Amino acid sequence: MDQSKIRNFCIVAHIDHGKSTLADRIIQMTGTLTEREMQAQVLDNMDLERERGITIKSQAVRIIYKADDGNEYIFNLIDTPGHVDFNYEVSRSLAACDGAILVVDAAQGIEAQTLANVYLALDHDLDVIPVINKIDLPSADPERVIEEIEDVIGLEAQDAPQISAKTGLNIHDVLEAIVNQLPPPSGDVNAPLQALIFDSLYDPYKGVIVFCRVKEGTLKVGDSVKMMATGAEFDVVEVGYFGAGQFIPCDELPAGMVGYMTASIKNVRDTRVGDTITHADAPAAEPLPGYKKVNPMVYCGLYPADGAKYPDLRDALEKLQLNDAALQFEPETSVALGFGFRCGFLGLLHLEIIQERLEREYNLDLVTTAPGVVYRVYKTDGTMIELTNPSNLPDPSEIEYMEEPIVEAEIMVTSEYIGAIMDLCQERRGQYISMEYMEETRALIKYTLPLNEIIYDFFDALKSRSRGYASFDYEMKGYMKSDLVKLDILINKEEVDALSFIVFSGTAYERGRKMCEKLKEEIPRHLFEIPIQAAVGSKVIARETVKAMRKDVLAKCYGGDISRKKKLLEKQKEGKKRMRQVGNVEIPQEAFMSVLKLDED
Amino acid sequence: MTPIELYIHIPFCVKKCLYCDFLSGVFDEKMQRRYVAALCTEIKYMASQVHGVEVATIYVGGGTPSWLSEDLMDSIITTVKSSFRVNPLAEISVECNPGTLSAEKLNVYRSVGINRLSIGLQSANDDELKELGRIHDYNRFLHTFDLVRKAGFDNVNVDIMTGLPHQTVEKLEHTLNAVTMLRPEHISAYSLIIEEGTPFYDKYKFDAVKQHAGMETEDLPTDEESYHLYKYTMDYLEKKGYKRYEISNYARGGKVCRHNIGYWDRVPYLGLGLGAATLYQNRRADNIRDIYKYCEIAEQIAEGKEISTELSSPFYDNEETLSKKEAMEEFMFLGLRKIDGVNRSDFFNMFGIDIEAIYGPIITALRNQGFMDAKEGRLFLTDIGIDVSNQVLAQFLLDK
Repeated sequence: MDQSKIRNFCIVAHIDHGKSTLADRIIQMTGTLTEREMQAQVLDNMDLERERGITIKSQAVRIIYKADDGNEYIFNLIDTPGHVDFNYEVSRSLAACDGAILVVDAAQGIEAQTLANVYLALDHDLDVIPVINKIDLPSADPERVIEEIEDVIGLEAQDAPQISAKTGLNIHDVLEAIVNQLPPPSGDVNAPLQALIFDSLYDPYKGVIVFCRVKEGTLKVGDSVKMMATGAEFDVVEVGYFGAGQFIPCDELPAGMVGYMTASIKNVRDTRVGDTITHADAPAAEPLPGYKKVNPMVYCGLYPADGAKYPDLRDALEKLQLNDAALQFEPETSVALGFGFRCGFLGLLHLEIIQERLEREYNLDLVTTAPGVVYRVYKTDGTMIELTNPSNLPDPSEIEYMEEPIVEAEIMVTSEYIGAIMDLCQERRGQYISMEYMEETRALIKYTLPLNEIIYDFFDALKSRSRGYASFDYEMKGYMKSDLVKLDILINKEEVDALSFIVFSGTAYERGRKMCEKLKEEIPRHLFEIPIQAAVGSKVIARETVKAMRKDVLAKCYGGDISRKKKLLEKQKEGKKRMRQVGNVEIPQEAFMSVLKLDED
Repeated sequence: MTPIELYIHIPFCVKKCLYCDFLSGVFDEKMQRRYVAALCTEIKYMASQVHGVEVATIYVGGGTPSWLSEDLMDSIITTVKSSFRVNPLAEISVECNPGTLSAEKLNVYRSVGINRLSIGLQSANDDELKELGRIHDYNRFLHTFDLVRKAGFDNVNVDIMTGLPHQTVEKLEHTLNAVTMLRPEHISAYSLIIEEGTPFYDKYKFDAVKQHAGMETEDLPTDEESYHLYKYTMDYLEKKGYKRYEISNYARGGKVCRHNIGYWDRVPYLGLGLGAATLYQNRRADNIRDIYKYCEIAEQIAEGKEISTELSSPFYDNEETLSKKEAMEEFMFLGLRKIDGVNRSDFFNMFGIDIEAIYGPIITALRNQGFMDAKEGRLFLTDIGIDVSNQVLAQFLLDK
């Protein structure tokens, strides 16, 4: 196959600027799909993705395009997730491409994620073509946006296609720009095999389907292959490329191609994103650069609201894990919540997505405990434990010291919000590293921050304090010794294990006070008074009281309309069912997430 | 055969009160006549279905039944008496609003055997009456009460309401004083409930939520204040010789409302008229709520047409047979509304099982918490148990 007729590219954009719509339109215009097969946003094929309008897993599709020069070109379009939690997946997807289309909204212009994505693409040495979308909007101002692109990003944009992905206007210009402005892949089809894994999918019949970009050499059916990082070896059963929503087998994938392979692989863990596939008998000297083992950074407890659904939750987690190597879980028990699982996630969005998929696709009603990070506890006996569940914290007398994970955060922000963002980092125990003006109006601020300060609501705070103009990325830096304590919550004098969390001692009082206030709002009044206390060790540091309910009388005459009266009582009883009983206090399930909302208002 | 009760619904009002969500509306006299004719058809129809059973009480409620002209009321009661076997000592009550009665009307009531009247006063403060959207003022009530007494009615109820917007203890005391001064035999004291679909809901829904959550309110009394108003009412009435026999009902001289007690004792009753509820032979049913449809069905029956229905009456909108579990639940949550509570032996006789076998742990827990007590084979709520009776009674619903 002629490499000069192949284009491997992705589309990058700020959320809502029309990335998926453009992808759909390209697929439709090139005739890959018939109208009948065309379902809006073909690439986002999880319900959840379509609903939230975000891409969670990478997807890829191969398109044949007959260009104006009379030749047929193969386009491999790789869709990328758009969130920092999945940054690593994004970067692997980009590594599979040679070029990128940058979509900018003709009305909104450049936004925070536009920049973050462009810089990420440029980091991977991709050629970027800007495209101005939504020019059919009355508020569209393409001239201004062209100027912005040239001034802020420094990309030539005078000839950028001006399109409406929605109506299909000028999509042809985009296709021609892909042919003429993006480079073809390079690579020697006879060299030792190096294929980059950028995604994988579990299929119950074929096993793991590995999505890869062949950089060097050729991947064929029947080859014995080896994953260079995990060391796992397999015999290739099938290779092929991506139709829209289907897999089309072929004989081989030569250098420059994007496609998939199957090899009766039972476990996604053997085929980590970023790993390099090579031949077992004639391996490449070096793996492709950039592989990282992704470890969960955020942990929380997931419990079925109905204890009898515990086996269902386990089955569902197992199934999700087949497609998501980053998801980890192990059984745990809580006095308040019963049997459940301690689960590890890449970040809060990952957590939220898993939680929603469990609730939606597996019909489970869940109680989630406050998310936390992995602490290292060095004990006086010289041993160290990695703590993922605050309840397992050893007695203070056995603890020599503790460490918490630290990240290096890079925040890109327009100059007027620099002060606000630095204040925020300061409040979150950040340590200033540097600030650098990228151009007159934008700066890159670097801070080290404790991970546990950013897992709750850092994104939201960042967004609100910069009006959405700050973009944020972080990288694990390691661990740092820190003065940490376990904050316990006592409800009606009983400690509720599921509400305990680890906190920096300097903010324990503040957190404890807010936690009590929040719980006071969340816990309905009972027939008796309920003290809510926050304690560190045996010392109570904050207290609130839920006053007893003194009157709740249905003093109204409904005549003989008993069914109505009963419905009222039933409603009352139903409300209780959705709560958790701790001692004789009913705690609503939402209360277990209270710690997440401490910084609201 | 156990005697039964009859509830007769008159869905007409001069004007809809702003807090009211009962099935009633403003209709002209032509519609009233058509409706009463239909009602009489249903009365005769149902009498033929339950033939021979004795009627112990009749309650004509609304709406404002006293707004009907006397000949219509006459025809209703006369039809009942000629169709059912009404006990000569039956309690026959009619709900009245001040300003809708006259001496002539009351004489007709007496002559057809109506022996108990219930007057909807709600408040003796004219500003509160206006706020509630009532058609009368306090003077009008005094006039009506005087007419009622002069006509010889010696079993009269007066309705009052607590928990009104901006109600203070002083205002409530004025109402209580104004009512008890007249020495009616019976007083019903209801709490204002903000019901969906009423103008009050639009106006006070946020306040109602705040009130329930124990927060500060704008117009409605706070939860704490409404608790005091309710307690104040109770103490005041007890002091004046009115004995509380049900959550919101007080009587002096033993003149309780027998019909009302029947509801809590699960005495069988037939609901006649639009939307009326029935409990008969362990089945609960509600009549249809569309007045035109109701009249059409009655008119077809009057013409001798067969109405095909799978329910026990062509007037029913829905009907369900109570399971034993549901009957037990009802026995508890209705019976415990009475101050005297329920009898253990009644439970055993009705269901063939000891009450403790079903509700033992709940009863024990509630007794330990001081919300319930037991004496001489009876189980009943304590004062503080009644205060939070919704919470307590809900616990007697059994799991499905």
